[in-house]
Amino acid sequence: MRSKLTKYGIGLLMLIMTVMLSGCSSSMMVLDPKGPIGADQRDLIVISTILCAVVLVPVIILTAWIVWRYRDKPDNKAAYKPTWSHNTKAEITWWAIPIIVIGVLGVITVKYTYALEPSKPLESDKKPLVIQATSLDWKWLFTYPEEGIATVNYIKIPEDRPIKFQLTSDAPMNSFWIPQLGGQMYTMSGMNMTLFLQADEPGSYYGSGANFSGPNFADMRFQVDATSDDDFSKWVSEVKSGPTALTLDGYEKLAEPSSSAVQTFNSFPDGLYDKIVNKYVVGEGHHHGSEEK
Amino acid sequence: MWGNLESFSDFFVTGDPLILGAQVSIALAMVAIVLVLTIFKKWGWLWREWLTTVDHKRVGIMYIIASIMMLFRGGVDALLMRVQLAMPDTNFLHAEHYNAIFTTHGVIMILFMAMPLMFGLFNIAVPLQIGARDVAYPFLNSLSFWLFFFGAMLFNVSFVIGGSPDAGWVAYPPLSELSHSPGVGQNFYIWGIQISGIGSLATGINFVVTILKMRAPGMKLMKMPMFTWSVLSSCLMILFAFPILTVTMALLFLDRFMGAHFFTLDAGGNPMMYINMIWMWGHPEVYIVVVPAFGIFSEVVATFSRKKLFGYTSMVFAMIGIAVMSFFTWAHHFFTMGSGADVNAFFAVSTMIIAIPTGVKIFNWLFTMFRGRIRFTTPMMWTIAFIPCFVVGGMTGVLLSVAPADFQFHNSYFLIAHFHQVLIGGVAFGYFAGLYYWWPKMFGFALNEHLGKWAFWLWNIGFYVCFMPQYFLGLDGMTRRLYTYDFDMGWGPLNMISTVGGFLMGAGFLFQVWQIAHSIRFFKRAKGDHWDGRTLEWSIPSPAPLYNFATEPVVNDVDDWWETKQKLAKGEKLAPKPALQPIHMPKNSSIPFIMSVFWFGAGFGFVWDWLWMAIPSMVGVAVCMIARSFTYDDDYYIPVDEIERTEKAAALKEASI
Repeated sequence: MRSKLTKYGIGLLMLIMTVMLSGCSSSMMVLDPKGPIGADQRDLIVISTILCAVVLVPVIILTAWIVWRYRDKPDNKAAYKPTWSHNTKAEITWWAIPIIVIGVLGVITVKYTYALEPSKPLESDKKPLVIQATSLDWKWLFTYPEEGIATVNYIKIPEDRPIKFQLTSDAPMNSFWIPQLGGQMYTMSGMNMTLFLQADEPGSYYGSGANFSGPNFADMRFQVDATSDDDFSKWVSEVKSGPTALTLDGYEKLAEPSSSAVQTFNSFPDGLYDKIVNKYVVGEGHHHGSEEK
Repeated sequence: MWGNLESFSDFFVTGDPLILGAQVSIALAMVAIVLVLTIFKKWGWLWREWLTTVDHKRVGIMYIIASIMMLFRGGVDALLMRVQLAMPDTNFLHAEHYNAIFTTHGVIMILFMAMPLMFGLFNIAVPLQIGARDVAYPFLNSLSFWLFFFGAMLFNVSFVIGGSPDAGWVAYPPLSELSHSPGVGQNFYIWGIQISGIGSLATGINFVVTILKMRAPGMKLMKMPMFTWSVLSSCLMILFAFPILTVTMALLFLDRFMGAHFFTLDAGGNPMMYINMIWMWGHPEVYIVVVPAFGIFSEVVATFSRKKLFGYTSMVFAMIGIAVMSFFTWAHHFFTMGSGADVNAFFAVSTMIIAIPTGVKIFNWLFTMFRGRIRFTTPMMWTIAFIPCFVVGGMTGVLLSVAPADFQFHNSYFLIAHFHQVLIGGVAFGYFAGLYYWWPKMFGFALNEHLGKWAFWLWNIGFYVCFMPQYFLGLDGMTRRLYTYDFDMGWGPLNMISTVGGFLMGAGFLFQVWQIAHSIRFFKRAKGDHWDGRTLEWSIPSPAPLYNFATEPVVNDVDDWWETKQKLAKGEKLAPKPALQPIHMPKNSSIPFIMSVFWFGAGFGFVWDWLWMAIPSMVGVAVCMIARSFTYDDDYYIPVDEIERTEKAAALKEASI
């Protein structure tokens, strides 16, 4: 009976593997980066996977072999040593193997941790473009301080130029993630975080909030369009000549819990981002005291 | 008096057909239980034999029954989520409902399924393995169980009364604060965890003392069975980790109840402090549940390879190493908080270091099987399946610990796949192995192996079908806790496959229930030494008599029972057993049950802000404690003739197999 079950099991596993592998043939975002940070992170993922596989694959093969070789069958001729339970050399070996692998991986990790520190400026002869991203319930507000424009759930960036994202939140913590450009960073109220990213080629990239923030969390997606410098400048002037400005009242309304479609604003109040970051600084004083129950 | 209730529907959750169905089935089940108990006149039996028992074996059985019920509830939650994600456009679950379900799924599976199943196995096996007559504090043990039980019930009641919490299983503020979760759901979360948490801490203390003070003569620390070692490490972690959880929950409660500002956005509160604190508990917590599974694998692998456990000393040090290191890795849950490269580098490396002792343990299990004779019983099959599953899960864990790479994995389905792989492949597989292994010892009959193997294959195949696609979904940018996604993201097919896998595991669970029902119906008595075991629990009848050991065993070796059998086989004479003596036993007590009912009342009162209910209930708790302090008549002796009768009856049964 067992062998029949085993056969079914193995057959099913094979089938699954086939389906899965065919499912993966389309490229996955994280493994298909379009910027230097994403590319470094992809490399790091590949390196660490290979390092782990060096231990993983032999261990799995060894497991299969041992389980087969030493199965309890009357005609099994393999050695049986019921009291063999200690061998200093062997044990030193398998303390050493993981120590070496983890040692190597540890060194690589530490090196990359400093190299890919998100607030570290990217090397480029172009001045970074600053975009301030604020996570609200349940939408993303982007302000371009140098261009003086604002958008909701959408950004356009020039290709091949570092983008300095400044991140904060005026709602429960979220996380700012554009998988094809590089890893994420939390957006937290009262904090101003910095994340440098860059797109190497024009394209439309998926971005989302990656940390759960309440009922309409699933709507916190945004599109990132990377274009040429010219197209970017054109877009900025188009937005600037648009009909709507973001006022302080308008911001208060935007910040109320709800979902939002894509919006663009030809201007936004001076120092809006700093105001959001400093909203909860104690001593600023208007909102002190306990909440109503 | 009903202050914050404006209408009936504020109290009872109404309007959702799924929840209505659950309410009706709960009501029917309760009526059925009451009817059966009344018709068969079993109320007295239930009270005397179970609700007031302080016997570690019965407490263990109650833990296990409760945890299997919770596995069902948590599993149904999981399948509801999988159905929604397979058909994201159908609005099978709306956002709030989905959020509540992933929250309760997480809390229930960790705190009300894994923890009690683990405590159940502690209770069943540890006193028997170390040759003790009970745990160190039998009364406290019973109290621990009832606190867990009523804490779990308080948490569970939220989905029909008042509404479930929906801020995620670790309930990050400010989402879990009054400002964003004004309902009572989050209060149920806090009080359910607090009340059962007292029980967990007490169990931790109880087993540390039991293991350190109550071992049979001759059982030095380094002669303890490996499962007992794992329980000791796990309980030491509980002692250090659970107080952190208690404090965190207490501060969150003060924020919500008294308007304090520990974790609020305004008035100087800091939500990031909560995130640090919850993971200072949360990370050791996963090792608290997985280390005993390592202990179970060690017992099972030696027994069913008919060979001594390889590298005993290495195993002990590896386990202690894991226990210590588990307290220095918490920040890897939020590399993306931007603490800077120094902090991230430290926590990345400290996390990776845990892979070293874990890897050593894997090699030691493999080399226990090497040159052994492997029997493919159900406990052993779960153990063998665990090795590749946990190695892969551990490896993806190492990938996650590479801080800059984690920026791409964090909060994605890659993470979801990883922790389910270690928690199912490690913890669930381990506890199933333990449950199958000790089942004959608990109940005196064996489980049907054939049905057990069907359950095993369904669970295993289902596991890979369910969770392997999720790694790829994560790499394709799918984040956790999404109740819906656009069709053009291309996540549909993999989600569909994953859902199929979820249902295969569900079918595996049904086979396990069938297996248990079938084995009760076609009762086959199990021998005392059902598996040809190695440790002391197999030297006594199944089920173990009330007093466990008629005479105190004397231990010479790590696998003492195995060595004894070897000596007998060689025809050597054993040292004569000492004469029977009256056995000192603890008396049953109704105080743990009653006190826990009061705790439930207090919790329920605080949940609704009903001080008229909370304060008298707390007084009730205090009265119970005082009553216990003045209970002097709490022990008795089992006379020698009764021990003789019990032992003879057991010997007759054993001979009849």
